[in-house]
Amino acid sequence: MPNTSSSKKHCQDQPQLSGPIPKSHMAKSEENKKNSGKKLKDVEISVPIVYGNIAFWLGKKASEYQSHKWTIYVRGASNEDLGVIIKRVVFQLHSSFNNPMRVVDAPPFELSEAGWGEFEIAITLYFHSDVCDKPLNLYHHLKLYPEDENSSMSTKKPVVVELYDEIVFPDPSEAFLARVLNHPAVHLPRLPAGLTLPPPIPVEDASKRRKGDTKDNPLSQWFLNFSEADELLQLAAARQQVQAHISKLKRQISLIEGQHKQLKSSSDQ
Amino acid sequence: MDAKDILGLHKNSFPSSLEKKSRPPKESHRKPDGISREVYALTGGMPPLMPSIHSSQLKKKPLPPEKVTWQWLPFTNSARKDDLHLYHWVRVVNGVLPTGDYSFAKYNKSVDIIKYTEEEYEKYLTDPMWTKDETNELFDLCERFDLRFVVIADRFPSSRTVEELKDRYYSVLRAILLARAASSGDVATHPVIKDPYNVSQEMERKRALSMVLSQTRQQEKRDEEVLIEAKRIAELRMASKVTEQSQLVVASNADAEVTEGAVPGETIPPSNVQLTPFTDNASTLASLRMLRVYLRTYALDQMVQASNSSAGVRTIKRVEQTLQDLGVNLKPRVPTKAVCAEHLELRKEILTWLNLQKQVQYKEAEGSSFRDGSYSEPPGTPKDRTFTLDSINFGVSSERVVKKDQKRKAHGTPPTAAHKRPRKQKASDF
Repeated sequence: MPNTSSSKKHCQDQPQLSGPIPKSHMAKSEENKKNSGKKLKDVEISVPIVYGNIAFWLGKKASEYQSHKWTIYVRGASNEDLGVIIKRVVFQLHSSFNNPMRVVDAPPFELSEAGWGEFEIAITLYFHSDVCDKPLNLYHHLKLYPEDENSSMSTKKPVVVELYDEIVFPDPSEAFLARVLNHPAVHLPRLPAGLTLPPPIPVEDASKRRKGDTKDNPLSQWFLNFSEADELLQLAAARQQVQAHISKLKRQISLIEGQHKQLKSSSDQ
Repeated sequence: MDAKDILGLHKNSFPSSLEKKSRPPKESHRKPDGISREVYALTGGMPPLMPSIHSSQLKKKPLPPEKVTWQWLPFTNSARKDDLHLYHWVRVVNGVLPTGDYSFAKYNKSVDIIKYTEEEYEKYLTDPMWTKDETNELFDLCERFDLRFVVIADRFPSSRTVEELKDRYYSVLRAILLARAASSGDVATHPVIKDPYNVSQEMERKRALSMVLSQTRQQEKRDEEVLIEAKRIAELRMASKVTEQSQLVVASNADAEVTEGAVPGETIPPSNVQLTPFTDNASTLASLRMLRVYLRTYALDQMVQASNSSAGVRTIKRVEQTLQDLGVNLKPRVPTKAVCAEHLELRKEILTWLNLQKQVQYKEAEGSSFRDGSYSEPPGTPKDRTFTLDSINFGVSSERVVKKDQKRKAHGTPPTAAHKRPRKQKASDF
């Protein structure tokens, strides 16, 4: 259990990290006591990712069954290496592809294929064992043809569809936390003061791993930028407007009520 | 024209209508032979595509009918053990008598009651509560009355309850089956072996049934009320349990917090299940925490649903319309933690704004009702309560509202014309 957690009366002497705490002593106190005390409360790890596809029309080389060459991928939002968190990614393609279940064991988590049809791809993210033992599912509708039906397809300019999202781990384990403490792909909130973590245990041999980030990926020129600044500005402006409306209406209401009150008092006379 | 050609060809394909070949071009003007003009007109003046009855058929003579006579004959019933000969009327067709057994003999079905031997009885079936004679008597009655235990209980010499009789019969049957079976596996699927008769359970069940049947109407009503109350309490507890669960050990997940309410059989749903629409923000957060991992968009979705649960469909649509008018994406393009938080706050504020708009409408309607002089509303109407509550919510002092109600109680006369002028001035101030 981290040293920071202020023990309350119910909290008995916490055994070492490795020992399990007997169920009967668990009390429903405000302080969170997860099993073996390995998890932390109020520390939420979020990993911003971008997933989607890029599709190139093959032009002259296009055949009836292979008109486009497309790549589906999951990347870090700032093109950082996701291998720290994700162990492997499984892309489930349409059943008309042979071996529709494609497994990508190492970053960059991408898959390229050629085809003619648009369909939904189920992307399953499997995390390292200290991160999370449950996989996470994403769904992406593969897009090959441009939105605008009239625009001509070019072999040079691909169709790009990317979606931003964040993977949230509400109660990360200490081991996980230690490992990703300063990794650029991961967003951590401010950690509680005085938190001591065990030394990080690398999950795989760092030397064997190939470069996992997508900064120099051949497709990176097509990656879209996702900046929260624009959205925040938009939202802030909208909120201001709404708040102005609200104050105006409140004034209106108090005016009306004043009227009514006057009406009552004058009719009493 | 084509139709007629087709019909002409079509007609030709029927060998029986060869004689009508000369007709095709003049079909609609000449009625065919065999049916009257009016009837032909019913078909629309054209022959049907498929001939339903050939006129040749109509010319044929009907088949000679069968000769049916009725005879008074004796018969025997194979279901009878004696040799009784009775007589009845028999339908004779063309001099041929009907064959076969008496037609009702097949209904003489009976249950196969097991017959145990003396030694089997000695070996397996002795029971302190039952004498051999009684057991034999029981089985005999079972045979006679096809296991209708209510009748058997009535006929049984000593007074035994239906349950006791059933118990004895089924346990004897079970013992015999097990004894006679080559291996226990053979009879394992037999219903008596699989689900043995449980006397105490049966007695309890029947007692409960009779209790329910004999309940008076008052009792029924009271029971219903209690159940509804209990259900409500259980639901409240469920909601608070979800928040509590977030502070519990993860390992002791679903097991520990099962049923406590007075309603038996209601369990608290596991934490990773879809949220019910009645949760508020706190419990949504709590249940999100229970997930090991989730996507930010999913979390936002759940929070939006939770906040929408208190509003009607129309309100939700208005909120979304407002968002669009303000130029905000319904689903944020870059859903970071901060963006999602802002988005939710914005939605809440829009709801507040819409509520205020409604309030203003109410107030203005109230104002116009003053003008019309309808003081008929008693202070206890829901409209008043909304006003009071809303005023409190929005920080307007409630004292004024209360005073207004009291004044309204006392007042009975409509406002004079003198009041109208000040109010009109006020209205123009807006």
